[in-house]
Amino acid sequence: MQSDALVLGGGLVGAATAYGLAREGLKVTVLDEGDVAFRASRGNFGLVWVQSKGDGYPDYAIWTRRSADLWPSLDAMLKEETGVSTAYEKPGGLHFCLSEEELEKRKSLIARLHNVHGAANYGARILDRQEVREMMPEIGPEVVGGTYCEHDGHASPLYLLRALHDGIKRRGGRIVADAKAESIARDGEGYAVTTPSGTFRAGRVVLAAGLGNKALGRNVGLDLNIAPLKGQILVTERTRPRLNMPTHVVRQTGEGSIMIGDSHEDVGFDVSSSSDVMATLAARAIRMFPFVKDLRIVRSWAALRIMSPDGYPIYQQSESHPGVFSVNCHSGVTLAGSHALALAPMIAKGALGEELSAFTARRFDAPAN
Amino acid sequence: MPQRIDTSGETVRFTFEGRDVEARAGETIAAALIASGETTTRASVVSGAPRGPFCMMGVCFECLVEIDGVPNRQACMIVAEPGMTVARQTADEVAA
Amino acid sequence: MNSYDVVIVGAGPAGMACAAEARQAGLSTLVLDEQPRPGGQIFRDIEVSDPGRRALLGKDYAEGARIAEAFRASGADYVSGAVVWNIDSAKRIDYSAGGRSHSVEAKSLVAATGAIERPTPMPGWTLPGVTTVGAAQILLKTSGIVFEDLVLVGSGPLLWLAASQMITAGVPPKAIVETVPKSRYRAAARHVLRALPGWRYLAKGFAMMRAVKRAGVPVHRDAEDIAIEGDSAATAVTFTSGSKRHRIETAHVALHQGVVPNQQMTRVMNCQHRFDESQRAFLPVLSEDFETTVPGVFVAGDGAGIGGAKSAAMRGRLVAMRIAETAGKPVSGERAKLRTALARDAAVRPLLEALYAPSDDVLSPADAVMVCRCEEITAGQIREAVALGAPGPNQVKSFLRAGMGPCQGRMCGLAVSEIIAAARGESPSTVDYYRIRPPLKPLLLSELAGLGAEAPREAAE
Repeated sequence: MQSDALVLGGGLVGAATAYGLAREGLKVTVLDEGDVAFRASRGNFGLVWVQSKGDGYPDYAIWTRRSADLWPSLDAMLKEETGVSTAYEKPGGLHFCLSEEELEKRKSLIARLHNVHGAANYGARILDRQEVREMMPEIGPEVVGGTYCEHDGHASPLYLLRALHDGIKRRGGRIVADAKAESIARDGEGYAVTTPSGTFRAGRVVLAAGLGNKALGRNVGLDLNIAPLKGQILVTERTRPRLNMPTHVVRQTGEGSIMIGDSHEDVGFDVSSSSDVMATLAARAIRMFPFVKDLRIVRSWAALRIMSPDGYPIYQQSESHPGVFSVNCHSGVTLAGSHALALAPMIAKGALGEELSAFTARRFDAPAN
Repeated sequence: MPQRIDTSGETVRFTFEGRDVEARAGETIAAALIASGETTTRASVVSGAPRGPFCMMGVCFECLVEIDGVPNRQACMIVAEPGMTVARQTADEVAA
Repeated sequence: MNSYDVVIVGAGPAGMACAAEARQAGLSTLVLDEQPRPGGQIFRDIEVSDPGRRALLGKDYAEGARIAEAFRASGADYVSGAVVWNIDSAKRIDYSAGGRSHSVEAKSLVAATGAIERPTPMPGWTLPGVTTVGAAQILLKTSGIVFEDLVLVGSGPLLWLAASQMITAGVPPKAIVETVPKSRYRAAARHVLRALPGWRYLAKGFAMMRAVKRAGVPVHRDAEDIAIEGDSAATAVTFTSGSKRHRIETAHVALHQGVVPNQQMTRVMNCQHRFDESQRAFLPVLSEDFETTVPGVFVAGDGAGIGGAKSAAMRGRLVAMRIAETAGKPVSGERAKLRTALARDAAVRPLLEALYAPSDDVLSPADAVMVCRCEEITAGQIREAVALGAPGPNQVKSFLRAGMGPCQGRMCGLAVSEIIAAARGESPSTVDYYRIRPPLKPLLLSELAGLGAEAPREAAE
């Protein structure tokens, strides 16, 4: 089966890239896993988050911000083309601090990121307790202050995934389930990808198989040092509107459920035993918003986040296998705007832009010390 | 029309939507409501459509009511206690 | 954290018999059960029933009471009102009781969580006044509540049992609407010879049907296209029977299409399951000693496959014997006899399963019929998600929110798997089932947050 591009992986990263490629006019086939795949996508917390991203990594800060800026267009085009709302909202977002020490750390982080984005452009500011309370009256007594950024927002990861799948199909793309890519080989001018559902051929191949990229990368001369990091999310029963904007670990969905997640900055968060982690997440959420103590948890997920050694994405075209691109990252919702509307056009053209040069896996090759 | 074939034992009184309901001691709130002719316990959180006890064994979560101000409680799993204030759960006020 | 040789979840016939047998073998045993009193659904309130309601249960009552007595006398620890909400791979069990969460460790774990009624999606099945037949029976057994206008709809032994109990109680149902197609009798007939060792069950079945006839209850056979009418509550049942459309006015309808294993617990532990074509349900994959694919985790009773109360108690005992044997205790000499009795008791099942297989009405509901009651997702939406490429129930759940409500998929899971399988032209065993995650039942956040805090206190005891 011949296409212009094969996207290996139908999760948020693969689907956003495939949708973008289809928009560029390419004939796209997404090779997806079976029903129990999509772990990272299903475990996504749903933030479109800018304020703390890219400390010490300016290119990532800018790439993330670009994605947040592209999100309103992505949301609008998906709604128009598929009728599916991603429940995207951009009311800004809050990060809370539960101690003075945390707040001080946060202040210096915000100052550093100010320098990256430029003061006029960053849109984040520090709030004392009173200011936080004015924005969000439900906060608990331990909240000493926080930060607000006008570029933050949130969306439903599940509706986003559904809209992307729908959008890919409406633009003539194919999504093949039970077709987990097993290997990639040269095939004339292009490549052949073998799966349990047959062999697929195309001139361009995008590796978006999450953790599966590691093994696939070896087929095409890409050394992708990525590892899973478990994260957990709790979801409560629906309640009336209580939160008018998302925060870094608690948000209210369009349906009214409260979602409680790991902090995206707590990348070292230890997840050893699921009940205990659930309890830790619950306790922290109650400190931030005491009203949640009377809600019931109806669902929880453990999901595997995809982490490179430094936690930043890997975007790279294979040197030995031109036309094969690797896309590796967490934060598949935040970056969906960039993946669909900035990255995909580059892949369609056959070369990644200068703004992505900081994201190749070659950065890990530097000798120690 | 519900009937009780057995009226032995003690009677417990609680209120549902402000009116008195009689339960036999040890019986669940849902059973007492059904015996009193009340089959609607909540409004669906999605459409607002009326719902009532369905499985009576704690599985379906259709009989959710508010008991003494605490919402989302399973009427079929909770034994009626004297003086309880039970209310129908409405869609727009799912939780306190 | 407390630790036991055996932790049994569920205090129905399987759980109670398993506990008594385990104690006999000298194993430390804990039983956790959601209900306020032991008995499970079949023997619900067995210890407190008054004579009038005991009469309804007939001979089965004596058996249930005996099992409950033996359980009470066994010395097993027992926590009633205990809702298990997670079990991890190390067999640590987290449960909620008395408004707090507790954790306990098990060397061997027995899921004796029985059966639930098969989902019966049909037009109007969410209206107030519509319940399961099991619910109607629970109302009768626990509270002596009956309805003079109750219409029983569906198929299966429980339909007839409930009808005969209501007749005994002096308030027969208004009508029985049975969905068994005529062709099923032929399909069932080839199992008759094999079923003969179970003649007692067959005799009981015929006696129930005769009682219904004697009481003058109208029985509509071979019914299809069933719909329940009503705006804010049920007002009538309509259906086609004998190529004629019927309408029965009533405010109370009870639905039944058989019972299926409650899989939540074995699913949360990632035990392997298979789809059984004869029972038309997912069953845990078990060894001949009822051990799941997770070592040390056993299933006793209807959760292992529907067999009824007698079989459940026998399987409970056999599980305890196997655990005792593994722990190096002498094995009861009764084991061989029990196994023979169990096989004889099961003889009638293939006949019942063929005759009372679920009706096409509920296996392939029309597009407009609501399937997921919590999130109000219709059969048509599920088929659309399949058309969009969803390969199974987990993707459908992601796309539509089906199965995401407080019942956590218990009321729709099997129906969703069946609808997807039919739409994809596959078997339900291929599309499989929702992935089940903790909490197994909704859990208060404050209670969850207190989980860690409890551990040091327990250790200090």
